[in-house]
Amino acid sequence: MNTLINFPISLIVLCSGFILILLGLWGMLTQRHLIRIIIGFSLMDTGIHMVMVSIGYVTGGTAPIINNAVPMSEATNLVVDPVPSALVLTAIVIGLGVTAVMLSFAVRIYKTHKTLMIDKLTESKW
Amino acid sequence: MMLGLMAIIFFNLAANYTENTSLSKLAHYYVEKGPQEIGAANIVTAVVVTYRGLDTLGEVTVLFISAAGVGLLLRRKKAEQNNNHKKINSVKETANTHKSSSEIVETATELLLPMIILFGVYVFLNGHLSPGGGFQGGAIIASGTMFLLLALPKSHISRLLIAITESLSGFSYVVVGVLGVVMAGGFLDNRFISSGTYGNLFSAGAIPLIYSFIGLKVGFELSAVLDRFRKETSNEEDDPV
Repeated sequence: MNTLINFPISLIVLCSGFILILLGLWGMLTQRHLIRIIIGFSLMDTGIHMVMVSIGYVTGGTAPIINNAVPMSEATNLVVDPVPSALVLTAIVIGLGVTAVMLSFAVRIYKTHKTLMIDKLTESKW
Repeated sequence: MMLGLMAIIFFNLAANYTENTSLSKLAHYYVEKGPQEIGAANIVTAVVVTYRGLDTLGEVTVLFISAAGVGLLLRRKKAEQNNNHKKINSVKETANTHKSSSEIVETATELLLPMIILFGVYVFLNGHLSPGGGFQGGAIIASGTMFLLLALPKSHISRLLIAITESLSGFSYVVVGVLGVVMAGGFLDNRFISSGTYGNLFSAGAIPLIYSFIGLKVGFELSAVLDRFRKETSNEEDDPV
């Protein structure tokens, strides 16, 4: 029971993030379907965000919002690190933009080649 | 092979991981000085909009460029469009791409859509007080647009309105940033408007203003992207997946 309490909760998030990164990378490297590659990219993106957020966690901390529960004078002892959260906020938006552009490329490729399997897209390799 | 190596590295990282027990110096400064200097209760907002405001401007630019890229990639030539229309007309719209929704769905859309958009506005106006902000509120507005496009496939979104709102809010964002240079400490400094009462809606200087522009811009940009994808798939004879 004691070990369960001492088990850091952000370690779960960290490990899930690592697993998602590996899963996404595996998907991007092994799948032959463009949409699946894009899904792999999104998984990896999410994994990286989870890792970043878990690094910013401080034991027993709460959200960095100053109000009655977190008075200004004690705030530095009560809240988690706001910097990774702000970074992840940026990273999510950038990831969204990248995914949108990738998907529109996929639509474009489907329109010209009528396929999304990368094995069949041989003539335009470079 | 590579994945195995990465797995080993990650495992070692996770095994040696110890949770932080105190804030780093930078975070300590932000948490200590943020509410006093900026007047924002939400420190993440203070970091995103003011301390690292230039990054956020760059982020909005990246989003704008990706929306423009999607528009460029999914544009259709006039001739192609006419051909498609002829084709669709000649097949007597057998593909039933524009089948209208049922009465229930339409009524529910009319009821829920204003609420979703209102919630989005609430989220970006209160970004300096509560969890949320311009990007989140914009995403909520865009999800409202998605809802509209799914529920009422015939609905038409004015591209001109989207373009005007987007450019205006982007421009005003930069203008607010320059006002910060002229009237306060530097680019995107929020203190040229008086901070107001701490914890009120109209506090934290220009942060609600900036976040409103970001929210509008992000919401309309994502709506434009969704609209592009919708147009692309609805004119196609078969589903592109």
